[in-house]
Amino acid sequence: MKMTGAEIIIECLKREGVKYIFGYPGGVVLNIFDLLYDDKDLKLILTRHEQGAVHAADGYARASGKPGVALVTSGPGATNTVTGLATASMDSVPIVVLTGQVPTVLIGNDAFQEADIVGITRSCTKYNFLAKDVDDLSNVIREAFHIAKTGRPGPVLIDLPKDVTSGKAEFVWPEKVFIRSYNPTYEGNKWMIERAASEIAKARKPVIIAGGGCMISEASDELLELAENMKIPVVMTLMGLGSFPCTHPLALGMLGMHGTYYANKTVQDSDLLIAIGMRFDDRVTGKVDGFAPNAKILHIDIDPTSIRKNVRVDIPVVGDVKRVLIQLNKVLKEYEKESWAELRKVWLRQIAEWKKDRPLTYTFSDDVIKPQFVVEKIYELTKGDAIICTEVGQNQMWAAQFYHFDKPRRLLTSGGLGTMGYGFPAAIGAQLAHPDKMVIDIAGDGSIQMNIQELATAVIYKLPVKVAILNNHYLGMVRQWQELFFNERYSYSNLDVVPDFVALAQAYGAVGLRASKPSEVEPVLKEAFKVKKTVFIDFVIDWKEKVYPMVPAGATLDIMLFEEKEKKPERKLKAVK
Amino acid sequence: MRHTISVLAENKFGVLSRVAALFSGRGYNIESISSGPTIDPQISIMTIVTSGDDWVIEQITKQLNKLIDVIKLVDLTELDHVEREMILLKVSPRKESKIEVLRTAEIFRGRVVDSSQDTYTIEVTGDEKKIDAFIELMRPMGIKEFVRTGKVAIAREAPKKTK
Repeated sequence: MKMTGAEIIIECLKREGVKYIFGYPGGVVLNIFDLLYDDKDLKLILTRHEQGAVHAADGYARASGKPGVALVTSGPGATNTVTGLATASMDSVPIVVLTGQVPTVLIGNDAFQEADIVGITRSCTKYNFLAKDVDDLSNVIREAFHIAKTGRPGPVLIDLPKDVTSGKAEFVWPEKVFIRSYNPTYEGNKWMIERAASEIAKARKPVIIAGGGCMISEASDELLELAENMKIPVVMTLMGLGSFPCTHPLALGMLGMHGTYYANKTVQDSDLLIAIGMRFDDRVTGKVDGFAPNAKILHIDIDPTSIRKNVRVDIPVVGDVKRVLIQLNKVLKEYEKESWAELRKVWLRQIAEWKKDRPLTYTFSDDVIKPQFVVEKIYELTKGDAIICTEVGQNQMWAAQFYHFDKPRRLLTSGGLGTMGYGFPAAIGAQLAHPDKMVIDIAGDGSIQMNIQELATAVIYKLPVKVAILNNHYLGMVRQWQELFFNERYSYSNLDVVPDFVALAQAYGAVGLRASKPSEVEPVLKEAFKVKKTVFIDFVIDWKEKVYPMVPAGATLDIMLFEEKEKKPERKLKAVK
Repeated sequence: MRHTISVLAENKFGVLSRVAALFSGRGYNIESISSGPTIDPQISIMTIVTSGDDWVIEQITKQLNKLIDVIKLVDLTELDHVEREMILLKVSPRKESKIEVLRTAEIFRGRVVDSSQDTYTIEVTGDEKKIDAFIELMRPMGIKEFVRTGKVAIAREAPKKTK
């Protein structure tokens, strides 16, 4: 049967299992939108900005593990997706973004609402297509989903010229996808895995660094088995939080710039780093030259370019984290004549001491709300089972430090790109993926304003997303750096005028609540969690509060600043880029 | 160190720009790049000359391999290979040097592919050093302009083992 390009697109999306499309209409995609008008199975979620649509698709994908889909028009609609694509690209999130394009005959003519989006997004997508031929459309869509989901996942963009979506072709569903030039390596090299096992067995002070790859590959069980069997402590990157239970006795929380003291100490002192599904970002390593100076590095990752990109690697294993860990655990069983608990005693005792020396902490106050207290209360009241989205900056770090993620896919945060305005639309996507779960965006007063228009989206689709705004009237992380490294010159980090978030929420038809005193935090949260509506909660927090510990940029991980050691203002550290 | 990398890729719209964007986006050098179809018209081959230390070259080859359209990649530097470049050089010699120009072209096994009253355009093929030497010798005769193709390279076949 002959179908139009638009019909083929809708049919393909359904066959790919898509339930929601996040999008925004416009001239050249009207024929696709027309089909969605009365479609029962495929629902379009109308966001209020194309950036919101892509972040929502991203949040949907991270929370569910299935690809998220966005549909926008050409020109400005397409260029507005760039930040969302780059965010998904850095954090390896499978999304497929469909952009309208002017008719093929007009491409290159600077037509109305024309943008070379394939050219623009080449470096922030895993792959992108310009669909030139309606006969090839089903193949293109199939390949796009295949590329987005497999290997190291990532965003894929399909540019759809108007004449291609309105042209007609015979619909053929390609049962199989085969791209001869694209064959990700899933199985780890046997010999390398054996070498890895022997290094692990030999190591006296090993530590696992679990990254986002453990989450994507759904390797939590295998990771737990490796850590528990071999009695190896586990630190996590921001993206890895929850891939291993944070409340597990072997868990040491996050490492890096705002990692825990004991996580950073453990990494620096270790003799074997077992890096799993992570890519040694500069926020994780600190100064590379002094990073884990005495450790051999065993690196497991599906993306060969991640290996030996930032740090030297002694034992590289390219492969899917889950499959490699299954293999590795099997090989390690043969070593299990020794008592690992006995062998690790000294190392684990040392770590316990570090943990006791400097636990993750803050100074509680009766007068003013400490942001960490808010996060702790959210953790307590949700029993650690909420899906937490964050914006970027202090709010993100406090959420990472004080909410203890025991399960994967519970923390949705822009780790690589650090996109302010990510959390709220992502929460909308996550709520659609998990209608019965509590979804909370921990935000700052700066970040929330970057995609605040999505309040309308949340309200209209009756999504009970909760937004906890840690309001300090500042771009807090910028302010923190200015205080510590720029002689307290608060250049443009003071948000003099912050809207009344309670009134603003109400104006959109959402619920607005406020807590100004520590004693109000719990009751306000309880009230927010009770209502089945979109809620903004304005927490008026201590504006002076900073994120600690902190490894200054350009320092090694063992150089950390702490709250109590802070002596103002005579000791100033120079920021090093 | 300089490396000559041969990249086999799908002969699709935008592939060359993906490769070029990879180099510029990640701050790698391209000294030359040349691209053309292979015996299979759906596949094109690029010869890229780049430079960097071992870390950089490892990343370049990995990143190139990661491109979805790249089928296969060979770092020819590690293999026995032949490389060639072509130059079209336009020279406008004074009357007395005309013979000299033609003689030099002959020494380099060049061919005159176009001539006018005042100019000769000479085609020379060879490895980079030969082309450089040719330019040097022609320089005093009055080079008007030249274009170089950039390098193309191919691996040498290993000799058959004799019993």
